[in-house]
Amino acid sequence: MGAIEVENVSKRYGNCQALEQVSLDIQAGEIYGLIGPDGAGKTTLFRILVTLLLPDNGSARVEGLDVVKDFMAIRRHIGYMPGRFSLYQDLTVAENLDFFATMFGTTITENYENIREIYSQIEPFRDRRAGKLSGGMKQKLALCCALVHRPSVLFLDEPTTGVDAVSRKDFWNMLYRIRESGVTILVSTPYMDEASLCDRISLIQKGHLIETGTPAAIVAQYPHRLFGVSGKPAYPLLKFLRRCPDLLRCFSFGSEHHVAVEPGTISPEQLQARIQAEGFSDVVVREIEPNIEDCFMELAKEERQES
Amino acid sequence: MNETENIIIVDKLTKKFGDFTAVDHISFEVHRGEIFGFLGANGAGKTTAMKILCGLSLPTSGGGTVNGYDLCREQEKIKRHIGYMSQKFSLYADLKVWENIRLFGGIYGLSGKRIRQKSDEMLHYLNMTDLRDELVGDLPLGWKQKLAFSIALIHQPAIVFLDEPTGGVDPETRRLFWDLICETAEGGTTIFVTTHYMDEAEYCDRVSIMVDGVIADLDSPAALKQHYQATDMDTVFRKLAYQAKRE
Repeated sequence: MGAIEVENVSKRYGNCQALEQVSLDIQAGEIYGLIGPDGAGKTTLFRILVTLLLPDNGSARVEGLDVVKDFMAIRRHIGYMPGRFSLYQDLTVAENLDFFATMFGTTITENYENIREIYSQIEPFRDRRAGKLSGGMKQKLALCCALVHRPSVLFLDEPTTGVDAVSRKDFWNMLYRIRESGVTILVSTPYMDEASLCDRISLIQKGHLIETGTPAAIVAQYPHRLFGVSGKPAYPLLKFLRRCPDLLRCFSFGSEHHVAVEPGTISPEQLQARIQAEGFSDVVVREIEPNIEDCFMELAKEERQES
Repeated sequence: MNETENIIIVDKLTKKFGDFTAVDHISFEVHRGEIFGFLGANGAGKTTAMKILCGLSLPTSGGGTVNGYDLCREQEKIKRHIGYMSQKFSLYADLKVWENIRLFGGIYGLSGKRIRQKSDEMLHYLNMTDLRDELVGDLPLGWKQKLAFSIALIHQPAIVFLDEPTGGVDPETRRLFWDLICETAEGGTTIFVTTHYMDEAEYCDRVSIMVDGVIADLDSPAALKQHYQATDMDTVFRKLAYQAKRE
């Protein structure tokens, strides 16, 4: 039995099909990532799984319990950190934590071990109001509140959105330590670079899961050869590459452009010579491995062509 | 360099809130026509500094100019001569596309005739002519952002401030948005941009990184990577931001 099982779940708001026939199977103890842009349906799926929203069709179970019939029982087993900061701004750090513990019929003392590692970092500010905390501390407090009743499944809806690169790294390290205690974690994020930090992921776009698997397996299925191309000036180079009819796709990835080509059509050396002949300087063309963003763009394109 | 080459000149700019020094004697220049990345961890003082540069907040001490206008004495002129777009607030969701253009064109003092002309040009350039009567709230996020960016440029400002313009959009839309930024920069508009995506820092001509209210470093991405012996800007950012003392 999986920790979270979703079968053909659909949800519509008026004219907007937020989720269409979504199925998922998440194993106990894994960090599972739901990766996609705003409006893809991530939050809708979370709300259905944490029993705050009813699906139109399909069924879902958390720890074997049905999200519709057994909703009260599910709520005792799960921790939920919604996307927006959801704590009481006027209560202090300690009061917020106390409140959430009491709601679940427990106390901070009873479950202190479960939250110690994270709580110890904000405990010096226990008498500060939640509304006066920095972004990083709010995030830690929200995580403590979601963990204080020892849930077996943790739902984290975009916990790192708008958070800087350093704090994001810290947050993921906390998740790994939580996983060690056997908790299943479903986490959503719009940051594609966080995909590789998950055990398995689903890529979601416009209410559809466009791919599911380990990050490595998804990358291995990328259908083209990929070249990393750099040269000066960078933006005119990008425009030149897009005008070449034998190159499939071309996008900027920081200091390099990623160029997809059909295997057997052009070599890195040939492309390098062609770019140099156009007068660009410092040209480097090398074969590279795709990353999750390359895969997402490729899969999203296939999805558009099919629909 | 002087005001003809530098569109922003900031000298010992400081902002205090009570005992807390959010921005601590920062000095830097932004060259006309460049894409300038303004990076920093949460709480480093970016937003406070940006509000001052946009004429929305007064410095406690120090000062400077934006497009030749004084940060302390000419805030209204600054507001009229800059463009501004953020992901959090940009357009009115319950107004139609053309109504948003009409509203912002009016706010910036364009004539009715000029607004109609700009609307046609803008919608044609964005391939959105068929969407002029749609409510902005019904547009996909990527289209909203492109429209918001174009509207921020409706009065042809010499500089546009973009505050995390690409948060939450899908990877392809994010890149198409940067194409639009690069295209605009090629046309001579100065771009001042904040972002949490470190790959986007690579598209900037120069990047400053704020840590604890001061500018910890400022240079081209290539020079920063070389100096910190890093292969990407993410590593540069983390090396600098880990020095932060304040929470």
